[in-house]
Amino acid sequence: MSVVAVNAGPKRGWKSVSTWIGAVIVGIAMFCAVAAPWIVPYDPFAQDLGKRLVVPFWMAGGSSEHLLGTDQLGRDYLSRLIWGCRISMLIGVTVTVVSGLIGITIGVLGGFLGGRVDDAVLFAITTRLSIPVVLVALAVVGLLGSSMTLLVLTLGLLLWDRFAVVARSTTMQVRNLDFVAAAWCAGCSRFRILSREVLPNIASHLVVVATLEVALAILLEAALSFLGLGVPPPLPSWGLMIAEAKDYMFFSPWVIVIPGVALFVLVLGINLLGDGLRDLFGARTDT
Amino acid sequence: MTALLEVEQLEVGFGSRTSAVRGTSLTVERGETHCLVGESGCGKSVTALAVMNLLARGGHRRAKRLSFQGEDLLKLDDGGMARLRGNAMAMIFQEPMTSLNPAYTVGSQMTEVLRRHKGASQRIATDRAADLLARVGITAPGLRLGQFPHQLSGGLRQRVMIAMALMCDPQLLIADEPTTALDVTVQAQILRLLADLQRDLGLGMLLITHDLGIVARVATRVSVMYAGEVVESAATAQLFADPKHPYTQGLLRCVPVPGKQRQDEPLGSIPGTVPRVGPGFEGCAFRERCSFADETCAHLIPRKTASSGHDYLCRLPA
Amino acid sequence: MLSFLTRRLIIAFLVTATVMTLAFILTRLSGDLATSIAGPNATQADIDAIRKAYGLDRPVLTQFFDWVGRALTGDLGESYFFKARVSALIAERMPVTLTLGLTGLVIALVVSLPLGILGAVRENTTLDRCVQFVAVLGQAMPSFWLGLILMITLGLQLGWLPISGTGSWQHFVMPGIVLALSAIPALTRLTRAGMIQAMGSDYIRTARAKGLSRASILLKHALRNAAIPVVAIAAVQLGFMLGGSVVIEQVFALHGVGYLAWESIGKNDFPVVQAVVLVLAVIYVALTMLADLMNAVLDPRLRGP
Repeated sequence: MSVVAVNAGPKRGWKSVSTWIGAVIVGIAMFCAVAAPWIVPYDPFAQDLGKRLVVPFWMAGGSSEHLLGTDQLGRDYLSRLIWGCRISMLIGVTVTVVSGLIGITIGVLGGFLGGRVDDAVLFAITTRLSIPVVLVALAVVGLLGSSMTLLVLTLGLLLWDRFAVVARSTTMQVRNLDFVAAAWCAGCSRFRILSREVLPNIASHLVVVATLEVALAILLEAALSFLGLGVPPPLPSWGLMIAEAKDYMFFSPWVIVIPGVALFVLVLGINLLGDGLRDLFGARTDT
Repeated sequence: MTALLEVEQLEVGFGSRTSAVRGTSLTVERGETHCLVGESGCGKSVTALAVMNLLARGGHRRAKRLSFQGEDLLKLDDGGMARLRGNAMAMIFQEPMTSLNPAYTVGSQMTEVLRRHKGASQRIATDRAADLLARVGITAPGLRLGQFPHQLSGGLRQRVMIAMALMCDPQLLIADEPTTALDVTVQAQILRLLADLQRDLGLGMLLITHDLGIVARVATRVSVMYAGEVVESAATAQLFADPKHPYTQGLLRCVPVPGKQRQDEPLGSIPGTVPRVGPGFEGCAFRERCSFADETCAHLIPRKTASSGHDYLCRLPA
Repeated sequence: MLSFLTRRLIIAFLVTATVMTLAFILTRLSGDLATSIAGPNATQADIDAIRKAYGLDRPVLTQFFDWVGRALTGDLGESYFFKARVSALIAERMPVTLTLGLTGLVIALVVSLPLGILGAVRENTTLDRCVQFVAVLGQAMPSFWLGLILMITLGLQLGWLPISGTGSWQHFVMPGIVLALSAIPALTRLTRAGMIQAMGSDYIRTARAKGLSRASILLKHALRNAAIPVVAIAAVQLGFMLGGSVVIEQVFALHGVGYLAWESIGKNDFPVVQAVVLVLAVIYVALTMLADLMNAVLDPRLRGP
């Protein structure tokens, strides 16, 4: 057996098949999310109690009228699925924006200023990591009632840790590099250094973190909605659809399989894209 | 009587792009120190690794002949080689600071070699380890056995490496730049230690170095490597007295000799840099930097013999 | 070593204090607790009576310090709904959650370590690619959905495992697998990366030069070093698993601490919610300290000269 050496590995970055698959999936999801009001075949909220639990078209008894069948209240499943994609993407992106703003600010401040500020930042991160996220999110929504705004704010306030950690470590690395010292010597203000030297160099790492955080936010929202404390019904969050399907899952398994597969594929696609971006940028997503 | 180690026309490549070693031949006899000298990247370390079959992944070797004590090493699979490594053939490396496992004590790393190859008990192995530590000049060997590598200095760690290599009474010791990473004063001590051990134990030693000073001090025979080939090979005294290959001549000119160097005389140097040599390279790799080269140097170069035991790779007359 | 320990303890203490404060604020977010407890049909007199009975008429700070003081002695208050001591409730449910967490951790390690080693040894081959893909799949899988799917397939259609409750060890297999899936990607990646690095190191070259067996080189020499961060992260992952168990416990009807918390949220049982958040946070902090300790134990270089 010979010593393991670093050598030419599989195709990375934009040449990698899996990255392209991820990009395609994310592209489709974004399209569905944006174009949902126009492309849904039926109103996702319209119930038709005469047509409950129609099977998808590939099963016996299915029709092309409802390609993915209907749920227990006669609502067209495909329409609900597309609308659910819109909700998932919306939540994923908004939560990531909120958590990103918080996390990046905290992380950059800690990494750049060092000293006591950094100690405080590390303390905040440690505290945040100690908090059981799912439980606290459930509690907040449970006690204050569910609404989209509240959900986004809560998750945004809970999921900033990865942003903070990566922003902090990359800022610290960049801060120690020569060109920052050169700018400092040239008399640049701290703010200028931050915006002109530091941020552009840590941006690629943060983009990768952002992609992975979108995936995480989507999964978390699905779990919360599944427990009934996420997106307010009747909005068709995939998590909620899975919860509603629970009662029928033994008789009509597709009702529970379809949204789950959709959720899995979307999150997988985002993760593949994120991994591809990471390989492309040579970024690090851990400390 | 067969030589201890016989290498004939060894070729080593990594992937299809690089030829690290192109047809190297050398022999090591019992009781002799054969120095393989050359600058960084000439392929000397790779030669040693190829002999021991320790090449990095992606590396492949080929040779007309590679035998140890008459046994054909090319025919051995990895299991067969593993039986020889650390046993009859031992190797020590350049970086003592990182060559020992930080998680285990010095003692456990030494005893495992003897227990693996000779099936010795822990007791016997520990005793032998303590003996060898004392032999290589380490005081309080019992204490050292229980210590971890990070508790020892670089020089001490290298002594431990040497002692560890000797655990199973090897016949051949390959030392890849054993003193390069050490302080100058420690270098001298380690070299002296190696020379003493070799004399006392009758070891055959293949010593790889870039330092001609070391060669002059300890080598019985020298092989000079350049760009993957041995360009000259001779007994030490002969090489220094009468170097035949232009590269060797250039190297010796580069070493300033106190007393002989005149005040305003520039230090010797060889113009140019070592070329990258890929597979299919023909002719002499040194021709770009050689003041005697002409267009015939781009073709096959003959191996000339200057005298018994002294040959070189150049088309120039002796 | 001692000063390091003291420092960690102080930070642990401060973190716990902060979490206590946050947990307290959390339950006070909805405004008037008395109204929430009383329910929609209560009269003003009912609400006032409740306020008095639960001590909610006192100043907020007093309530806070009262709670903190009592919590320090192990008294986590009394549940509004169960009419029992919260600490007793938690203690009663904790074994289930701990069993679930530990099962998940064991399954995760049993899967991740070999996979990581395999990926490293066969780096950049198809097998390695598969290992990495498994990690990616695990990361994308919604755990609650997987739990349901397993219930349908393994539980009902194949009848191999029970689908709810906590009667026997079999009851913990499916929930354990699902919980393990949240930790497997990270642990596999870490093991693989650590092994790749270890296998490329100088001391492994020395081990080969000594003619040691393949198994010895891989497991005794390389893994011993590669496993150090993995063990530490495993402890932290256990903390995450315990925190995230609320979903799994709900899916599989396991009456652990997470289930208790979920029920309590639904019933506005604030003392319980507050206390569970605190307990989980304390467990997490303790596990991170354990991780640091294990690092020091496993890596001789950290123990000092």
